[in-house]
Amino acid sequence: MMGFENQGFEEAQLHASHGEMESLVLDDDDNNNSGNDNNPSSRSNGITNGDVSQHYNHPLSSSLPFAEILTTDDDDPLLSSSSPHQNPNSFNSLLEPPSYADASFRSFDGDHGKQINGHGAVSTSSPTADSVYLKVSVTDPQKEQDLNNSLVPGGNTFVTYLITTWTNLPEFNGTEFSVRRRFRDVVTLSDRLSDSYRGYFIPLRPDKSVVESQVMQKQEFVEQRRMGLEKYLRKLAAHPVIRRSEELRVFLQVQGKLPLMKTTDVASRMLDGAVKLPKQLFGESVVSAAVDPNDVSHPAKGGRDLLRIFKELRQSVANDWGGAKPPVVEEDKEFLDKKKKMQDFEQELSNVSQQAESLVKAQQDMGETLGQLGLAFVKLTKFEMEEAIFNSQKVRAADMKNVATSAVKASRLYRELNAQTVRHLDKLHEYLGVILAVNNAYSDRSNALLTVQTLLSELANLNSRIEKLEAAASKIFGGDRSRVRKIEELKETMRVTDEAKNCAVREYERIKENNMNELERLDKERHDDFFGMLKGFVVNQAGYAEKMASVWESVANETSGYAAKNS
Amino acid sequence: MQPRSPSTGEGLQSPRSPSLQSPFLSVSVTDPAKMGNGVQAYISYKVTTKTNFPEYQGPEKIVIRRYTDFVWLYDRLFEKYKGIFIPPLPEKNTVEKFRFSAEFIEMRCQALDTFVNRIASHHELQQSEDLRNFLQADEQTMERARSQDTGIFKKKPSDLMQIFRDVQTKVTDVVLGKEKPVEESNPEYDKLKRYIFELEDHVTEAQKHAYHLVKRHRELGQSLADFGKAIKLLGACEGDALGAAFSELGTKSEMLSFKLQKEAHHLLMNFEEPLKDYVRAVQSIKGTIAERASAFRQQCELAETIKLKEIDLNKLRILRSEKMLDAEHEYEELKADGEEATRRFDTIVRLMNEEIVRFQEEKTQDMGRAFHEFAKGQARLANAIADAWRSLVPKLNSLYVS
Repeated sequence: MMGFENQGFEEAQLHASHGEMESLVLDDDDNNNSGNDNNPSSRSNGITNGDVSQHYNHPLSSSLPFAEILTTDDDDPLLSSSSPHQNPNSFNSLLEPPSYADASFRSFDGDHGKQINGHGAVSTSSPTADSVYLKVSVTDPQKEQDLNNSLVPGGNTFVTYLITTWTNLPEFNGTEFSVRRRFRDVVTLSDRLSDSYRGYFIPLRPDKSVVESQVMQKQEFVEQRRMGLEKYLRKLAAHPVIRRSEELRVFLQVQGKLPLMKTTDVASRMLDGAVKLPKQLFGESVVSAAVDPNDVSHPAKGGRDLLRIFKELRQSVANDWGGAKPPVVEEDKEFLDKKKKMQDFEQELSNVSQQAESLVKAQQDMGETLGQLGLAFVKLTKFEMEEAIFNSQKVRAADMKNVATSAVKASRLYRELNAQTVRHLDKLHEYLGVILAVNNAYSDRSNALLTVQTLLSELANLNSRIEKLEAAASKIFGGDRSRVRKIEELKETMRVTDEAKNCAVREYERIKENNMNELERLDKERHDDFFGMLKGFVVNQAGYAEKMASVWESVANETSGYAAKNS
Repeated sequence: MQPRSPSTGEGLQSPRSPSLQSPFLSVSVTDPAKMGNGVQAYISYKVTTKTNFPEYQGPEKIVIRRYTDFVWLYDRLFEKYKGIFIPPLPEKNTVEKFRFSAEFIEMRCQALDTFVNRIASHHELQQSEDLRNFLQADEQTMERARSQDTGIFKKKPSDLMQIFRDVQTKVTDVVLGKEKPVEESNPEYDKLKRYIFELEDHVTEAQKHAYHLVKRHRELGQSLADFGKAIKLLGACEGDALGAAFSELGTKSEMLSFKLQKEAHHLLMNFEEPLKDYVRAVQSIKGTIAERASAFRQQCELAETIKLKEIDLNKLRILRSEKMLDAEHEYEELKADGEEATRRFDTIVRLMNEEIVRFQEEKTQDMGRAFHEFAKGQARLANAIADAWRSLVPKLNSLYVS
């Protein structure tokens, strides 16, 4: 009666992984699947080294000279990195390693090859010769002291995490290595990636969540953060373009201080740009190469780019409220359609995600109540057995015990079912996060377009001024020395601006290209991921329902003597 | 005429030759109907009797009764048949909102049917004249009887619970020895009393969880419905194969929601209700325990009084007082009362001993049936869930590759 292990079901691998919410991967031969799992031992990946570079424009290989990495402003409205991404940790408390680690489900093997395992796909096969892997893990949080900045001795501690990488990608010199990083380093990495990979769907980093760190127990918070970091890094490692980025490599491999330009505060940035600032603000005489036209290929940030921000803001207002059509419009109807679809998708997805949470809660409650019912009957049984005077009591106690143990069993099954359900349905939450990344990428595109539009307006503006001056100057006999000089200056400005415009256009086109490629990738991944989720969910539900049915069927059989004879 | 084979108590045959059939009395309570308006509104029930008992007017009779009529019957039986565990009544519902909810009425109707049937199958109770009146009298007679006895007994349905509570405290007091120690010193009986009290706690707890379980089924059903709806909307957004997959899943989810609601109802009627009935039965026994205690007290008090009277009488005899004759009279009367009280008490004790056996057997049957229905329902539900989800797998597979 007790051992489910005895039932002759075919085994699916239910791989218990503590606290990890790995995506369910369809075990398909042909297609590449990039769930979050970077199991180094598996994945006959369609995407190999060669494919990647063919498919996507590697940012480092673009024609655009890559300017030095700019400083960022965390409050930059154009780079919103905060994510209202639903806290996946609301599910963490429900996750437990299944007690039936080798739980068996009835075989669904009518479709061999399509059989859904637990996560991790074919976890036992060894890597083929040409498969690439990049696996990251985050462990071992340690408290350390910031010796430099502490005015108070013993103050200003922070936590570092051990980041271990296993890979066979050539650009990493080595197959296994570790570094220690703190959360601030992750923020830096995230910011640098956003700068370098405009137009890409870059996974969002975990929240800074200051409030939570106050509310939670320190240990809980650190563990939550560790998990968040691991998930984030794995997502980065799963992205076919980002995983090859220099920023990520540096983060994962370079010992000691993270050699990426990090966020600096406004004051020091002001100091940095102080020399250039007045010229920026007055804008007119930017003949000098103080402003690199290539700067326009980066989003306007605070500080140095104040003027640029003002201008672009003016332009966007003109776009929205002005009568004249902006010089370049988002004409790609296909893109606009896709964007609308994405918004609808997001809304429905969010709704489903909510209902999924309710479903999980209802399942949990059911399991709990069944357990309590079982316990109550166990107590009753014990009571009757102890006090039994009549045989009828003993019989009743035996019946009751049967029901009680079955209820407790069913309760356990519900708990396991739920843990699995959470894993599967968590895909929904994940995609809500993905959509945020998509929106960021679309913002990149809008911003780039705005830059182009702004520059075009400027050019038009400059042009008309030159024409006016030329007209006025021609009326004066012998020329107007000051006016002529002015015209010369303006023409020079126009030349620089024109160069900048060309850069901006190139950047815009590049971002558009990235958007498109990423959308394709996303569509494919989404297709695979959701099918995997659906199938996993369904198989899970069916499997556990069958187990419960068998538990109750045996009780029904054993009590069939009491069945109502008539009616 | 060929002799018919003996039928069970449930047989519904026309008694053409009653002498050749075993006697039966079969009752059913059905067809609840709302009567009246507003505050005065109440539910009436159709009570159908089929019998070959000679005392009854005929082979079949249908009358209309309301809840308070059932209460009347219970009270009469409780008074007359001390020692017997009168089958329990469903509670009077005091919450206005649910008074006429379909579910409540269905549960009550089932409980009333069980109530009358148990009386009709009890070898002593089925002989009761009050039962006969209940099953046969026209409505006016019934109403008269009801209001009359309400006056005499001063009992209203809402008082019933209060009486139970009083009895409970009284019995508890007696058991705890708070009152004067006029109680039986019978270790077996003490054990029984303790058993009954503890049993009530256990069964009440089980019933509480059963009630929650019904709720959980409803909640899970609701969330499956919501989930299914949301997934279908998502599918509409997606389109193509994935959209179709979502749509299929959503439909299945909604279908299962419906099954869960059905199972919730089945659980309510066939698992929770029997447990509630169990609790009521135990409480009814507590009432009988109180009656026994009171009868015992009476017997003791009378015995005391008789003793004193005897002493008095002897005194008077010696003195040759003219009061002696009166005193003798009183003494004889008291002795008769004393014998009566003793007889009553002994009857209660005897009946209780029989009843406890019957009670345990009945409960084993009732709970066995309840467990069976519970397990059957859960198995049925689980199989439906498994089938529904399993049927999706080939569809998902084919959609995936398309």
